[in-house]
Amino acid sequence: MIGALAGLGRSGLAAVASVGRAHLLLLGILGGTGSLFARPRLLIAQMFSIGVLSLLIIVVSGLFVGMVLGLQGYYVLSQFGASESLGVMVSASLVRELGPVVSALLVAGRAGSALTAEIGLMKATEQLSALEMMAVDPVRRILTPRFFGGLLSMPLLAALFSAVGVLGGYFVGVGLLGVDDGAFWSQMQAKIDFHEDVVNGVIKSIVFGVVVTWIALFQGYDATPTSAGVSRATTRTVVHAALAVLGLDFVLTALMFGD
Amino acid sequence: MGNGSPRLSTARSDRGPDASGSSVSPPARGESLVKIRGLRFLREGRPILDGIDLDLERGKVTAIMGPSGTGKTTLLKLISGQLQPDAGSVIVDGQDVHRLSHRELYRLRTRMGMLFQSGALLTDLDVFENVAYPLREHARLPESLLRKLVLLKLEAVGLRGASRLMPSQLSGGMARRVALARAVALDPMMIMYDEPFTGQDPISMGVLVSLIRHLNDASRLTSIIVSHDVRETASIADYIYIIANGQVMCRGTPAQVAAETSDWVRQFMDGLPDGPVHFHYPSAPLEREFFGAGGDAQ
Repeated sequence: MIGALAGLGRSGLAAVASVGRAHLLLLGILGGTGSLFARPRLLIAQMFSIGVLSLLIIVVSGLFVGMVLGLQGYYVLSQFGASESLGVMVSASLVRELGPVVSALLVAGRAGSALTAEIGLMKATEQLSALEMMAVDPVRRILTPRFFGGLLSMPLLAALFSAVGVLGGYFVGVGLLGVDDGAFWSQMQAKIDFHEDVVNGVIKSIVFGVVVTWIALFQGYDATPTSAGVSRATTRTVVHAALAVLGLDFVLTALMFGD
Repeated sequence: MGNGSPRLSTARSDRGPDASGSSVSPPARGESLVKIRGLRFLREGRPILDGIDLDLERGKVTAIMGPSGTGKTTLLKLISGQLQPDAGSVIVDGQDVHRLSHRELYRLRTRMGMLFQSGALLTDLDVFENVAYPLREHARLPESLLRKLVLLKLEAVGLRGASRLMPSQLSGGMARRVALARAVALDPMMIMYDEPFTGQDPISMGVLVSLIRHLNDASRLTSIIVSHDVRETASIADYIYIIANGQVMCRGTPAQVAAETSDWVRQFMDGLPDGPVHFHYPSAPLEREFFGAGGDAQ
């Protein structure tokens, strides 16, 4: 009993210490923001690595999610004679929720795990120590560009996901199920509010971008420098990032849309 | 052979305080670039280094030897400010490393080089860019001059022809030579070698041994070699410290260390499988392990 309590206490203390280290790392990363202006090429390289290389999975996933939404939405709406509202349903679902959330989950799985593995292996192979010994701050030189690369890529990827998803919904709804073309677009244009829907979706994706990239970088930087340690850190990145995205989505949705 | 308590400390005390001078302040030699006093470092409450004093002479090759896991690499990390000690001081070129600000420490590090055990080359850059990295970071040089400097450094380690290879295309020995070229790119005042000979074939080892000595003398460096490769290290060292159990067990010139008679030093220097450092990890008697407490089944 005492042993179990002691174990619980140790785990709790370790978790609190880990959160503290993560916040200190974030401060260090943000402290290096100025260096990005001196070396914008580092940021562009990371936006390519995190953003451009995630395009395929984002586009394909967005297309299928939009097509499923079109199909499911049509069957529900047609029961109430409201199939003309399919465009609103598809676009609102994507712009408000599925675009930011699913693209964040996909980026956590593809780019987040890659970031953790890369940083963890750099630590295990003493590359980060070598940078320190060359009087180069590894947090500012390695982590800061990756953090902002993720932060800036996420809203762009979410926007692309939503846009492709709407096209998928259009293809299924209008192309295959016979929903009126004009009604699909005009209702969408009339009912989707720029501030209420689009801006809130963009805010969500920025928040998810920060959280996913922060978790990925911290797990890599804090990883035990062994192959097993890097493997565990990569797993933790995907699990923690997914849970954080879903939890934060609820909080943000409640704040944005809960009257 | 056996199961008793660790006897390293016994061997040290058997040797007496005058056997090597390790229990008193280091003897006066030339000017010290690095002075270490009362250095103590704990890991999870266990002392890794327990109040050691070292003087590393300017312009010389000093070897720090000892069995695996005795804190040699930790000592290098303490000298370079990558770790904070629990007590004691490390003075490098007159500056207390652990009292420097972040900016001052980084400025000091531009005058230190370090060769890591793995080479620690940046894997996304080719050989040329790895060596150019510290120059691009700290010296605003025209590209043509930078290119000449990098090629000269690579020429010094015999790898000018490999300048466009990626680290994954290099052998272990080549990677360490590239790392050595990178470590001396900024013409540092001192260079630290962490196990430079581990895992090297005889040719690569011979190349590294002669390179370390040659670079030290030609560039007037101060070199610190951490190693447990006794013969290679002793062949190029001007002065040797042997550490174990967090203490300096023996110090002196290679000739003095070779003449040392204590059991522990002889076991380490001659590579004897048993002696003060036991072959067996401490454990209960085999009989008790097999037949239960007290071995009553006999």
